[in-house]
Amino acid sequence: MIRYIVRRVLFLIPVLVGVAFCVFTLLYLTPGDPARMVLGDLATESALQEFRAKEGLDQPYLVQFGNYLYKAVFHGDIGRSYVTKRPVMSEILVAFPYTLKLAAFAMVIAILVGVPCGILSAIKQYSIFDTLTMIFAMIGLSMPVFWLGLLLIILFSVHLRWLPSSGFDTFQAMILPSVALAAQSISMVTRMTRSSMLEVIRADYIRTARSKGQKESIVIWVHALRNALIPVVTLCGLQFGHLLSGAILTESIFAIPGVGRLMVDAIKTRDYPMVQGGVLFVAVAFSIVNLLVDLLYAYIDPRIKAQYR
Amino acid sequence: MTMNANDLLLDIRELTIHYVTDNGTVHAVEGLNLELGRGETLGLVGETGAGKTTTALGITRLLPVPPGVVRGGQILFDGEDVLLKDEEEMRSIRGGKIAMIFQDPMTSLNPVMTVDKQVAEMIKLHRKVSESEALEQAAEMLDLVGIRRERLRDYPHQFSGGMKQRVVIAIALACDPKLLIADEPTTALDVTIQAQVLELMKNLKRQFGTSMILITHDLGIVAETCDKVGIMYAGRLVEYGDTKSLYDNPNHPYTVGLFKSVPDLEEDCDELSVIPGLMPDPMDLPSGCAFHPRCSHAEEACSRERPVMIEIEPGHFIACPVRARALGKA
Amino acid sequence: MNENVEMVATTGGRKTRSQLGEVLFRLRKSPLAMFGLAVVLILIFCALFADVIAPHSYSKQNLSHMFEAPSRQYLLGTDEFGRDILSRLIYGARVSLQVGFIAVGIALFVGGLLGAVSGYYGGWIDNGIMRVMDVLLSIPQTLLAIAIVAALGPGLMNLMIAVGISAVPNYARIVRSSVLSIRGMEFIEAARAVGSPDIRIILKHILPNSMAPIIVQSTLGVASAILNAAGLSFIGLGIQPPYPEWGAMLSGGRQYIRDYPHLTLYPGLAIMITILALNFLGDGLRDALDPKLKR
Repeated sequence: MIRYIVRRVLFLIPVLVGVAFCVFTLLYLTPGDPARMVLGDLATESALQEFRAKEGLDQPYLVQFGNYLYKAVFHGDIGRSYVTKRPVMSEILVAFPYTLKLAAFAMVIAILVGVPCGILSAIKQYSIFDTLTMIFAMIGLSMPVFWLGLLLIILFSVHLRWLPSSGFDTFQAMILPSVALAAQSISMVTRMTRSSMLEVIRADYIRTARSKGQKESIVIWVHALRNALIPVVTLCGLQFGHLLSGAILTESIFAIPGVGRLMVDAIKTRDYPMVQGGVLFVAVAFSIVNLLVDLLYAYIDPRIKAQYR
Repeated sequence: MTMNANDLLLDIRELTIHYVTDNGTVHAVEGLNLELGRGETLGLVGETGAGKTTTALGITRLLPVPPGVVRGGQILFDGEDVLLKDEEEMRSIRGGKIAMIFQDPMTSLNPVMTVDKQVAEMIKLHRKVSESEALEQAAEMLDLVGIRRERLRDYPHQFSGGMKQRVVIAIALACDPKLLIADEPTTALDVTIQAQVLELMKNLKRQFGTSMILITHDLGIVAETCDKVGIMYAGRLVEYGDTKSLYDNPNHPYTVGLFKSVPDLEEDCDELSVIPGLMPDPMDLPSGCAFHPRCSHAEEACSRERPVMIEIEPGHFIACPVRARALGKA
Repeated sequence: MNENVEMVATTGGRKTRSQLGEVLFRLRKSPLAMFGLAVVLILIFCALFADVIAPHSYSKQNLSHMFEAPSRQYLLGTDEFGRDILSRLIYGARVSLQVGFIAVGIALFVGGLLGAVSGYYGGWIDNGIMRVMDVLLSIPQTLLAIAIVAALGPGLMNLMIAVGISAVPNYARIVRSSVLSIRGMEFIEAARAVGSPDIRIILKHILPNSMAPIIVQSTLGVASAILNAAGLSFIGLGIQPPYPEWGAMLSGGRQYIRDYPHLTLYPGLAIMITILALNFLGDGLRDALDPKLKR
């Protein structure tokens, strides 16, 4: 097991360097002079030169990337905002908890609703419940998060006045954004659980369990479920990435001061280090979550563990 | 067929099982009659699609529903009709009185459960024992089928096919069932392993005094293992008898064809004969005797009347009036 | 159970329809897929003939008719500049479909090529390409699209490129795995044995045989491309006003949500129905193309 973990962690490193490279390159290619962005239009040419030399902007491209990576890894320094002049990292660290909380809440909702719905749908295949669940899942899948968010605001904030339409500090305020964000993931988890469950309940070992005289409820909830959840766990890991990026839209609808808002504002003001930092940070978070999911996966499925013994 | 009803462990009467699908109704088992005495081993032989597995699943009521539907008949087990039992009674019969071994050991075991737990699960369901006692009994049972103690905590994927089938056998026999239904237990295994597993099953059957239905398409296995043989064709029994008398004297044209299509090492033979034609479409069975379109003995009446079982010598029945008449038994 | 399946399989062989005919036949049996197909066809019609069927101009402002509720003259009402919402939606279909199809086209071309090369040649080429795809996959798709648009700047073309590129890894993987599964088959060996050049084998033998998953993924991909593009426009990174894009319309109507919710309701509904239709169609196609997968 230790070997498996070490392997997975080591495998993560080149991927993260790759991500950093992509992000760095994308914004390196962006038109505009960073020195002028920082110092403003009135800066003299000599001041600009001085700034470039100090920041290493006159260095070759790969050297710049090396510096960027070195500072990011060893000093946690991923540049300074052009706008606020503060370190990008500290700005993101303030905002990230909101984004993480939002995505995590949505994930919990998706699992708590999606897995039971998927199971029931599979056990009662072709029933009215199954049909309705599948249609709802399809609608949920097709619902843009920004539109659903607005609909929820119209209904619950404007008309019913039950829940606030912005912020993320109280529990009430967290409900609408989390639900809006979760909708697509609920649908995905439901569909995946259903199809995985349908496959598993036809498996020979389920017939074996029944032939032992086991109760149908235990056959389903113990024998079938654990096997059926294996692909669902993988899906949840991938969904978390969608939730993190979906949070960008959700945050902008519900005025939540998370990384998404930070990035959208940064894009509008051409605050590229901030954009770069935001993308990098979310990608790293996503990779770490996927690492955790893989480890969980190995825990659930003994066949994986065995490969690395 | 006649036999003293008290000696019968299993008595299937006019069992009819269909699969209802979008494309039509599959007549998997059609008016099947079958008897099994206590302590006997019955070989159920037939081609793929003859309805052997469906019969087995019908006896334990494990048919996939939908599409499976029992249309009629009785399955008397120990004198009681299992088709009339409620689900709870059925659960105590499954595993406790009737155990099953399925064809593919590769997929018959739960991949995320250690093997001792899978055996212990069976024991806990049918005996009043604690978790640790169940695990201990499971260990003994696994020992009996030749799985060493240090492998008890292994998962199915860590075993070879033959070893997995041993685990499956341990599960099936763990609660000392009266009837063991083995559905092609060796088909998925290597030939050398087949012999070992079969030998193991024979020994354990003797040791536990279990009756057995062995489903197979391998006439050789039947000859080695079984007291009685039933030959199935298109959902019906066409011939039934003591292994010796049926092998010495096969009489139904289908059985004869089946025997002729098996190579015999002791006789020189340049060419194996083949039964002409194909298995009938199970959604559209021929009228009368389902075999008549392929049968060289077929008469005009064969396509009209469904043949009944006729005893041609003591304990040996065929469902073929033409052959019975030729033998002077009709 | 086994017996049953085999029986059905043998009888299924009796019907002799062409492959395409068989697929269409099965597709017709799914009402949801037919609904999806109908909506998609209507949308294509709207997009092609927007100039003819739109009752009003999409850009002409009419400040005396601002925020009007749906009426005879303006079937879905007017927006904050007095523009006809229905007409803007009809023109919006043009943008959305264009973005959906072109983005998927880009993704399919680049991803398909990479995947085919990767799967066909294997070895270090495969390894190299797939590691790059792993890197791209570890950036969530929407985020990647945002980063690309941020770098390229807003606009229709950049939007399509961003959404397309961000979907490349999906297609690369699908094409690669179908190529891998087909590459080992005997008819490919045979083609190679008679000396067909690689490119011919890929184009003539491998690609046609891996069409089914590609068609399904593309249909569903158009849906997610439209959704992604609308999301980008919503946060102001996509199509710029005054050209009507559904996501941008939603975004524009947002600030009037308390008093005039119809400004956000209809564009959102348009997006949802479009995505829903494409998803139904994609699901139906998957079932029709591969009946073994159908449950």
